Amino acid sequence: MTIFIIRRLLQSVLVLCFMSLLVFVGVYAIGNPVDILINPQADQADIERAIAALGLDKPLAEQYLIFLKQALAGDLGKSFAYNIPAIQLILERMPATLELALAATGMAVLLGIPLGLWAGLAPDSWAGKLIMTGSILGFSLPTFWVGLMLIMLFAVELGWLPSSGRGPTTELLGVALSFLSWEGIRHLILPATNLALFKLSLIIRLTRAGTREALLQDYVKFARAKGLSNARVVGVHVLKNIMIPIVTVIGLEFGSVIAFAIVTESIFAWPGMGKLIIDSINVLDRPVIVAYLLVIVSLFILINLAVDIVYSLLDPRVRISEAKG
Amino acid sequence: MVVQQARLAVASLICAALSLTGTPSAAAAELRIGLGADVTSLDPHFLNVAPNNNAAWHVFDALVHVDANARLAPGLAVSWRAIDPITWEFKLRKGVKFHDGSDFTAEDVVFSLERAATLAASPGPFASFVKPITAKEIIDPWTIRFKTAAPYAMLPYDLDSIFIVSKKAAAGATTENFNSGKAAVGTGPYKLVRFARGERIELARNDAYWGRQNGKLAAWDKVTLRILPADTARIAALLAGDLDAIENIPTADLTRLNTNAHLRLEQKVSWRTLFLHMDQYREHPPHLSDKSGRPLAKNPFKDARVRLALSKAINRRAIVERVMEGYAIAAGNLVSPPVFGHVDALKPETYDPAAAKKLLAEAGFPDGFALTLYAPNDRYVNDEQVAQALAQMLARVGIQTRVETMPASVYFAKARAGEFAFALLGWGSFSGDLALRALLATPNADKGYGAWNWGRYSNPKVDALLEQGFATPDEAKREALARAAASLALKDVPVILLHHQLASWAMKKSIAYIPRTDEYTFAHDFRPK
Amino acid sequence: MQRDETPLRRIAADFAESKLALSGLALLALILLAALFAPLISPQNPYDLAQLNVQDSRLPPGARSGEGLTFWLGSDDQGRDILSGIFYGLRISLVVGVASTLCAVIIGLTLGLCAAYFGGRTDSLIMRLVDIQLSFPAILIALILLALLGQGIAKTIFALITVQWAYYARTVRSTALIERRKEYIEAAVCLALPPARIVFRHLLPNCLPPLFVIATVQVAAAIALEATLSYLGIGVPITEPSLGLLIKNGFDYMLSGKYWISFFPGIALLLTIVSINLVADQLRDVLNPRLQK
Repeated sequence: MTIFIIRRLLQSVLVLCFMSLLVFVGVYAIGNPVDILINPQADQADIERAIAALGLDKPLAEQYLIFLKQALAGDLGKSFAYNIPAIQLILERMPATLELALAATGMAVLLGIPLGLWAGLAPDSWAGKLIMTGSILGFSLPTFWVGLMLIMLFAVELGWLPSSGRGPTTELLGVALSFLSWEGIRHLILPATNLALFKLSLIIRLTRAGTREALLQDYVKFARAKGLSNARVVGVHVLKNIMIPIVTVIGLEFGSVIAFAIVTESIFAWPGMGKLIIDSINVLDRPVIVAYLLVIVSLFILINLAVDIVYSLLDPRVRISEAKG
Repeated sequence: MVVQQARLAVASLICAALSLTGTPSAAAAELRIGLGADVTSLDPHFLNVAPNNNAAWHVFDALVHVDANARLAPGLAVSWRAIDPITWEFKLRKGVKFHDGSDFTAEDVVFSLERAATLAASPGPFASFVKPITAKEIIDPWTIRFKTAAPYAMLPYDLDSIFIVSKKAAAGATTENFNSGKAAVGTGPYKLVRFARGERIELARNDAYWGRQNGKLAAWDKVTLRILPADTARIAALLAGDLDAIENIPTADLTRLNTNAHLRLEQKVSWRTLFLHMDQYREHPPHLSDKSGRPLAKNPFKDARVRLALSKAINRRAIVERVMEGYAIAAGNLVSPPVFGHVDALKPETYDPAAAKKLLAEAGFPDGFALTLYAPNDRYVNDEQVAQALAQMLARVGIQTRVETMPASVYFAKARAGEFAFALLGWGSFSGDLALRALLATPNADKGYGAWNWGRYSNPKVDALLEQGFATPDEAKREALARAAASLALKDVPVILLHHQLASWAMKKSIAYIPRTDEYTFAHDFRPK
Repeated sequence: MQRDETPLRRIAADFAESKLALSGLALLALILLAALFAPLISPQNPYDLAQLNVQDSRLPPGARSGEGLTFWLGSDDQGRDILSGIFYGLRISLVVGVASTLCAVIIGLTLGLCAAYFGGRTDSLIMRLVDIQLSFPAILIALILLALLGQGIAKTIFALITVQWAYYARTVRSTALIERRKEYIEAAVCLALPPARIVFRHLLPNCLPPLFVIATVQVAAAIALEATLSYLGIGVPITEPSLGLLIKNGFDYMLSGKYWISFFPGIALLLTIVSINLVADQLRDVLNPRLQK
């Protein structure tokens, strides 16, 4: 197990290098921020001076090497637009996004698995059909459309919940969290629901599919023959065996939720990383884009590692150490 | 006795009730404004973008201010004049104090100018505004002289962009110091309380401010500038009562907000004008061909008749009424009506598709031709929709038009590289001659002319008039020269003028705002009605 | 038991057991026909700029244009007939969604199977690629591609493929890892069958069911992702809008009472995705060997 983890980590460093190179080349291909942000009154000489001051006039290879050298020393560069270290910007915004992502994932899992189980155990009942139809609606609607509908209904028409922004935050272990207060939770409900809808549908469907398959398996018949209660059969045996694809999805989805919370964060003006990255892309603030992607990749690698470890705990048929390399 | 006591009790009850419901005494008046773009930094010398400057104007002043009609007004300098062709003398305001109580003097001016010129790596530095100054001379604490290399009439305009910071507080300060408030010591109408990046800026009134409107200080003790770039979020917050006022309202929502019983609108013609650049220098510009895709024998844009034909093919009234929903003004000038250098006699081109077809035939294009119109899709109000509407109108006179839009981050780089022959651009300027210099003067890297003249229109007479104007400190004379240059240039239809945008603000019915041509949103210009 | 039924007939019979799925199939057929014959059934060609007139913009359902055309579902902000826009937009949304998902499935399937079967270095390499791809936000990929290749439907499809394949690879790999341990694979290996045959004829069919569920969801996601890219201005060209772009254009008018510009395309999108999923749902149940009674 330890060798596996170490090997993974080494590969991860390679991945990080490759990622940063890709971003460099990509952003270089698009353009440079000076063209977008420069004072309209500036003349060609001023523009060239600004480009040089940011180091963007050097050849691509040289720029990348400078970046690598600084990165190994722990400095990922200063944001062009904010003039503070890029990594600081991202870490500042991360708690907000993580809070949103965790709330959305939590909602999706806590509602999705029970609903999916129900639909799988009683697929032909009206409840089962209703749940499945609901899940279809859940992923059919584009996120930004659902977001606007939620704001219109709950914030503008009914006035029950705030229309945007994050609630007041309290510090816990040095991290600013907003769900510790009722006002904070009120601000969290709509964006988390918006973000959770898609995953909720996915989890319902996967759970239902897995349940229906599992119920036909021999081990369930044996368990029932042994006289175990239905609750135990479902809750222990069935659940454990259908967890693998569900765990994969939860793991994958959590990472992508963080990366793609962009639209939800824009609509609800949630001050998280997603909003930061879209703004940085719009002004080609390369240090922020690079730092953001490196953080996200690291997060994914950690999540994938965690998911693989959980696999081996859930399914003894999968031996991780088998992955020789 | 009992009746007496009862009367007394009732009387005191009534008094108490009245004091509760009567006119509010000095209750803390708070204003919450929703801003439409992110403020990246409170360092006023770091990045020259409108949102950052908008925020900076609350905390800092400049030597020269700009009024609501985009005209210069005294700021920290009470008067200025050119004492000789290469020297400007500015007389500074006496008795002004910084937020920390220290006095404002010419030392702070010199420090601020030097800081703006030398601040490290920024994609949008302020250096160009300070470049013309070759020497600064402090005559006394409230008089300062600037020397320029050649006669330069535009110095006051440049100086309205440099915010004055306190030498004491900002010496050696970084952007972080400004964001945290330590160095954000200015002379402005508000003091910085807190800056939560990406979320809000909290300000408190500076009761020692030198500026007065109708003899009064700013109306609000506390101001919160909330950053809500998503239009729907901003409007929803206003409708839900979470905000008192918002800026940058999409045209689709203006009518609704206007008819809302609890809200009111303030509008003013903005300095931003939209127009189309046409490639007039290449023989075979890209994405220009005949209708079957074969290259044309010559570049149609080089012929003034073709340019006029295209301009006549555009129904500006339809664009204003249908695409901009009435919230724009057709343009006959590069600069909007209130701006210096606007020529009233120049009217927007009339819509005449029949005449357009005739002109095209005369110029040798009876069957029209095909081109691609390029535009950004996230920069100007309804830019994408305007581009599509233009394509419709051109198609009707036989110009087969394809539309390609892209985010501004990609658009400007490609435009500068000369990839577009027919492209949309929007421009805001304080002064007609500055606009002409950037957009229509013959491109000259040394002189700094024509940096945005994508079509490379060239008219030496216009260049000469501009040069003369920039060396003429007398405003009246300069305006005449600017007007002459504009009339001369626009006669050739070097660009196809479209419309001037309208800037809008929506607010609670109990508040009024003095709308500004430069589209800034200042808390101190809001007042209870 | 009738063994003389062909497998296809059996599948069809099983499929027809669900009324809901049948209605989904009927709806999907209607939608596909509408998309196929769009030029014939549309009152107007919404992609031909010469036919549009901005004076007819934002008219309510039932209004008539300046030239006497009836806008059954109203017109959008460019004077486009929304009904025609829906028919043509269906084409684009369907093509983009299905093509990108199909290609992504094929690529992801192949890579996932190889990773699971061969293990070792192949597995590590492929999974690291998966990590990389999953970390790139779709928007950044799309923006880079736009700068390099220009706007267009093909580019959008390419971006969607690039964004989706890793998802399938990972899921297939996880299922395949389990299947690989099973006896029938061991038997095949003992029989010294060539690896390609083992992977594609034995491993593959048993890894398909979970893939089906995710793929159906992903067609929906692909269409919605295209709508999101259009919302950000980097999807299909604006003069040839997909359903997603039509919804985005009408978005600004939702709060001001001109609901039809966004609402009707939204319904069309909803119906398309729902019908696809109803059909795919039932197909999956029918084809799943583990659910055979």
